[in-house]
Amino acid sequence: MTLDLSLLPDGGVSWLDASGDHSGIVLSTRIRLARNLEGFAFPGRARDGERLRVLSRVREAVGGASSLRHHVLVRVDDLENEDRLLLHERHLVSRELAGLDPQHPVRSGAAVFLGPGTGVMVNEEDHLRLQALRSGFALTEAYAALERIDDELGATIPFAYHQEFGFLTSCPTNTGTGMRASVMIHLPGLNATKEISKTLAGLQQMGLTYRGLYGEGSEVVGNFFQISNQTTLGRSEEEIIEQLMYVLRTVISREEDARRVLLRDAGYIIEDKLWRAYGTLRYARSLTFDEAMSYLSGVRLAVGLKLITGLSVYTLNKLLIFSQSAHLAQAEGRALTDSEANLVRARYVRQLLAEEAGTNG
Amino acid sequence: MLCDSCKERDSVVTLTRSSADGVVTEEHLCDRCAVARGIETHITQPKQPLADFINSLHQQLPASPHDGSRCGFCSGTLRDFRNTGRLGCPYCYATFEATLRDLLRRIHGNSKHLGKRYQPPPPLIEEGATVLAELRDRLRRAVEQEQFEEAARLRDQIKVLE
Repeated sequence: MTLDLSLLPDGGVSWLDASGDHSGIVLSTRIRLARNLEGFAFPGRARDGERLRVLSRVREAVGGASSLRHHVLVRVDDLENEDRLLLHERHLVSRELAGLDPQHPVRSGAAVFLGPGTGVMVNEEDHLRLQALRSGFALTEAYAALERIDDELGATIPFAYHQEFGFLTSCPTNTGTGMRASVMIHLPGLNATKEISKTLAGLQQMGLTYRGLYGEGSEVVGNFFQISNQTTLGRSEEEIIEQLMYVLRTVISREEDARRVLLRDAGYIIEDKLWRAYGTLRYARSLTFDEAMSYLSGVRLAVGLKLITGLSVYTLNKLLIFSQSAHLAQAEGRALTDSEANLVRARYVRQLLAEEAGTNG
Repeated sequence: MLCDSCKERDSVVTLTRSSADGVVTEEHLCDRCAVARGIETHITQPKQPLADFINSLHQQLPASPHDGSRCGFCSGTLRDFRNTGRLGCPYCYATFEATLRDLLRRIHGNSKHLGKRYQPPPPLIEEGATVLAELRDRLRRAVEQEQFEEAARLRDQIKVLE
């Protein structure tokens, strides 16, 4: 089966449109809820037949849920490796569901229901991972969308629930609300002013944690941090969201301060550095992904500081997603070696930037 | 050049100070002495974010006499959990309740769910009956084929569901 993402209502990427609050600094908001079905072993332990039964129960329930009526079912277990990677690069499925680690290949029954702004992963670490993805800083909206799906599915399929422990999950780190609320935030100012380690340490003291672009276990590249709650038990969903919002507002305003300080104290040095980043992206003939990320981080900062105008945050967001290997391979219609991918990436970045250029100089 | 402060390690930072009357002094400090004075020498992101630490908590579960006992539904043990960090099924929470309550407290600082309350839908009678019928079928087959371990597991599963 080949994957045609254009079949999805929004290509699965409406969250890139930079329409949300603080979208220059906050790329996206994501919330996920972990749920399991009563009467079945968790996917990691279940047999093939059991996982398929879970999928068919979920399919039935999705069919009757109005909040999921535009969702399309993608059988991840039927997809080739490149297509599974593509879904993962687009942040639509987790690494685990996509079976990208050679020692943990894709599971039978692994599937995802994809719709505008929300998705339901089936047979991930838990039977269900409901997720909502929004542009910018939009925790409340994301949770509202998820709650509707949760209510509808939970009214037809019995979820595993314990009076004291709450929603039961395969890993006890998710037990309780099963909720992980996270915000992808760009912090080049705090990094450049060397305030970042203090900020990150502060987050951890507040019971929050951070990861890289792709969630658990991923490295921080291009100054993008995914900040999320760490604990899921002992606080309500609303409290978790409120705290995250409060802390993030502080982080955003510190980042804004750091940017002001940078411009004030190191104006021309910063300006030169950021224009060099732009120049490299505009004219380089070969770019590794990490390189592209790091220059894009600089250009994003330059746009935020209004040093570069006429370049939209939406274009920068698009570059972030579409310059990844599986996306480049799909655009080229063939598999690419690393060095080929670097050439194609540089060409793609040049094209997109050239289309938007003209007003700058 | 050696660190002016500890005189043991190589200096990596040069601290230049000018006093009000224009006298400039230089001080060379090593990494550690610089940090001790609150000067950051490079960006130090905590190497091990809290997430990794918490994800490894399960490995520190003290050995308990229940280690070998099996969950009636999925036949998972606490030993399996210590190895993989994942439980086998929802019924494990009832089987290993005391151990897991301790663990949940250690991870979350709390074991009491304060979020959304949930009332599962009333079970469809036929549906419960189908699962039971299928399990009973499998039990019969297992006994016929003398797979007694499998048969015992299925019998326990049926008991849980009944």
